[in-house]
Amino acid sequence: MTTTTTTASLRRFPRFDFVSKFTPSSCASSRRGFSTTTSSSTAGGSCTEYALTLQQQQQQLESGSRGKSINLFSAINQALHIALDSDPRKFSIPVLYSAYVFGEDVSFGGVFRCTTGLADRFGKQRVFNTPLCEQGIVGFGIGLAAMGNRAIAEIQFADYIYPAFDQACIVNEAAKFRYRSGNQFNCGGLTIRAPYGAVGHGGHYHSQSPEAFFCHVPGIKVVIPRSPSQAKGLLLSCIRDPNPVVFFEPKWLYRLAVEEVPEQDYMLPLSEAEVIREGSDISLVGWGAQLSVMEQACVEAEKEGISCELIDLKTLLPWDKETVEASVCKTGRLLISHEAPVTGGFGAEISASIVERCFLRLEAPVARICGLDTPFPLVFEPFYMPTKNKVANIGRNQIDSELLVTDLIHQCHQHMGRNHACLEMKGGNNEMEKRGEKIRKRALS
Amino acid sequence: MAIWFRKSINVSANYLKAKTGLRGLLNQRHPSPCFHSKFSSPTSLNGKNYRNPPSFLGNSTTLFGSPRFESVKAGSQEELLYDNGGHQDQALDFPGGTVPFTPEMRFISENSKERIPCYRVLDDNGNLIMHSSFVQVNKEDALKMYGTMVTLQTMDTIFYEAQRQGRISFYVTSIGEEAINISSAAALTPEDVILAQETQYREPGVLLWRGFTLQEFSNQCLGNKSDYGKGRQMPIHYGSNKHNYFTVSSPIATQLPQAVGAAYSLKMDGKDACVVTYFGDGGSSEGDFHAALNFAAVMEAPVIFICRNNGWAISTPVSEQFRSDGIVVKGQAYGIRSIRVDGNDALAVYSATRAAREMAITEQRPVLIEALTYRVGHHSTSDDSTKYRPVDEIEHWKMSRNPIARFRRWVDGNGWWNDKDESELRGNLRKQLLHAIQVAEKVEKPPLSDLFTDVYENTPSNLIQQEELLRQTIERHPQDYPSDVPL
Repeated sequence: MTTTTTTASLRRFPRFDFVSKFTPSSCASSRRGFSTTTSSSTAGGSCTEYALTLQQQQQQLESGSRGKSINLFSAINQALHIALDSDPRKFSIPVLYSAYVFGEDVSFGGVFRCTTGLADRFGKQRVFNTPLCEQGIVGFGIGLAAMGNRAIAEIQFADYIYPAFDQACIVNEAAKFRYRSGNQFNCGGLTIRAPYGAVGHGGHYHSQSPEAFFCHVPGIKVVIPRSPSQAKGLLLSCIRDPNPVVFFEPKWLYRLAVEEVPEQDYMLPLSEAEVIREGSDISLVGWGAQLSVMEQACVEAEKEGISCELIDLKTLLPWDKETVEASVCKTGRLLISHEAPVTGGFGAEISASIVERCFLRLEAPVARICGLDTPFPLVFEPFYMPTKNKVANIGRNQIDSELLVTDLIHQCHQHMGRNHACLEMKGGNNEMEKRGEKIRKRALS
Repeated sequence: MAIWFRKSINVSANYLKAKTGLRGLLNQRHPSPCFHSKFSSPTSLNGKNYRNPPSFLGNSTTLFGSPRFESVKAGSQEELLYDNGGHQDQALDFPGGTVPFTPEMRFISENSKERIPCYRVLDDNGNLIMHSSFVQVNKEDALKMYGTMVTLQTMDTIFYEAQRQGRISFYVTSIGEEAINISSAAALTPEDVILAQETQYREPGVLLWRGFTLQEFSNQCLGNKSDYGKGRQMPIHYGSNKHNYFTVSSPIATQLPQAVGAAYSLKMDGKDACVVTYFGDGGSSEGDFHAALNFAAVMEAPVIFICRNNGWAISTPVSEQFRSDGIVVKGQAYGIRSIRVDGNDALAVYSATRAAREMAITEQRPVLIEALTYRVGHHSTSDDSTKYRPVDEIEHWKMSRNPIARFRRWVDGNGWWNDKDESELRGNLRKQLLHAIQVAEKVEKPPLSDLFTDVYENTPSNLIQQEELLRQTIERHPQDYPSDVPL
């Protein structure tokens, strides 16, 4: 599948700045002729429409019209302003869809400020607080969407999405709504936004990355952006996609990630991965906030002469196997990294699929650098996280030619890889080497 | 969040006012020497047998002999319970409204003394009860209601038999609950074209009333090519776009919060319509029920919640389901207007639903109806209810409390119906139903491609690949796959 280059003229990656870089976004969205979205008869989500929008977007970008530097929550905020503005209420204006934004505390702007200014501008009937009940929020959203509206529901933290995950909502209702009715009904207008992932001090219940659960549910889409401009374009795509979408926002990047974001209405394609850094030795696949960690690992590895290709998956379900496959066929090695625990994580799915497709091309076992199989810890967060060091080390091992001589040594390496995380914590590189040597001898004897 | 106390609190005046409701005491500010003694000694509580509710629960007579201190009852008396008589300085200015103070430590009782009565119009013999308030039903409507009830009953009988013969895989009857099905549907006016119906699986009568044909029912139960659901769901999971009837899903009560969202859409679009959603007594224990009622109240959504309290959730009786006085009392806790109705009284259900619809639309608010009925049939064809409930009980409801028989007596009493009409109707229905099943059986199954469509609006590449792989496997081993599914 194609590698999108539309954001080429944007910063490839969010700029990290630990000084409060909060730039209040200009909330008034100037659509500037980008009214490409409301006229579609298919909930605005068809591929041709994407293509059109992308083309226009590119033209706009090439003509030098760039947006202001804003952070990720402001980009989300812009997208929501545009979504509500481009899909007004049916009652007053004859349009196809009406967009609504609702959830806990969204009315005053939300705990992460993503919904700032929406209620004032669009009224409390279209932007409103809900009772504190996730299954109610999503259930309500399904009903609203089933009546032909665009229901944009916010779950305050992904850690609290589970009441909405169960039979009431996402798995048994939203995901099956179209299928079970034989396409007589659908709730494709539903988009569920939820901040996910580590934030440095979130502990068990403000740090989780539950994406893998949702990736096991045919009928929904799962999307995670990596940066402000990606967040805006992808969120608008999700809102207008004719399928229910779970959109996880990397909460660590809400204020931290700042980049130029086009002010106009634009959409980025779903189910298309993007190569955000080209390389020849190893492919790294990730999504969301983890990409910044991986980017840093790539830079480190480059110093040692290892050329890394970095891929942002963006849409986890249904995901773009072709882009990853093409990359792995080129590099022969694959490393996947996510914050969620390694066991049963989405990395396992990517690994299995790529081994199926690229088995003969692989020069090293697929590596997964992920969260540990523990609940997300508070004090131990720096140890739990799939950090730059872990990624870079495994990447290095993958490339190590000595370890690639025979299949037996492959096995040996694989074993080392598995133990690497704990070894690193013990600070035992020597220990690792000794252990590797031992295994190698045993394997060869 | 600011919680603050208004100054000048006069405990006793407030107390007396609250107790007696005597206007004359309102402005008097004198200490009351008597009431403090009531719970002055903490030890007096310790020795009590808690099976007899302590007096602060309000069951004992109060100081002034006022019966007003009984626990909160659904109905009209609640306004007296905490009447502060405009003594605003005796109140807590709290977010969401002012709350009066009381010096009395009194827990609200877990139940009112008397159960909430059940609204009915027809007595067991089908006679109009004197002074009953109800919406008149004309001959044409009454006969259509009666005919549809009989149709539902006959359909249930024949489909049940068909399941027993192995012709369909599963079935759920509505026997004993025909009046709720048909009367509630009939109370919704024909103008309600966009009325969205969200249901559980024991309301096929609503669909029947709306014109879903016996052939369409049969197609769904047989899962053939003409089933709108493309053979993907078990029998009785009906759905019809043209009848504004959302496709049924099996999970209990999940339709309730969705109904609120759909109702909110109608509200925002200014439609002259409401959403009606059905659930059972068991469903009221699900979190979704509570989420839905709370959301509906807060969103002021025009939705009617109809609970078919039929006494049994598979084998679980209501006594093991909840300790409240049924479902109707739960409405008030959420700020929802509620009524309990005799679910086997077609006129009562009809009248209550008409009134509820009127309120829901004109006042833009939710309404809760608890219809008391009885599941005369087994839970489903996979169930034998005589294993957990007495046969006598079933027979009693089947014979003495039969909603169709009762409605027929009323229709008969009006001179609108006779035995000849009856046997003609039932005979025809039987023939039509058997024919419909036979026709449905001959229609081929949905094509294999329907397995992969509609997961998403457009089929993604992984599904396309999986379909290719499956077809290759079928080609190699055709004998291992159902021959009636077109490839």
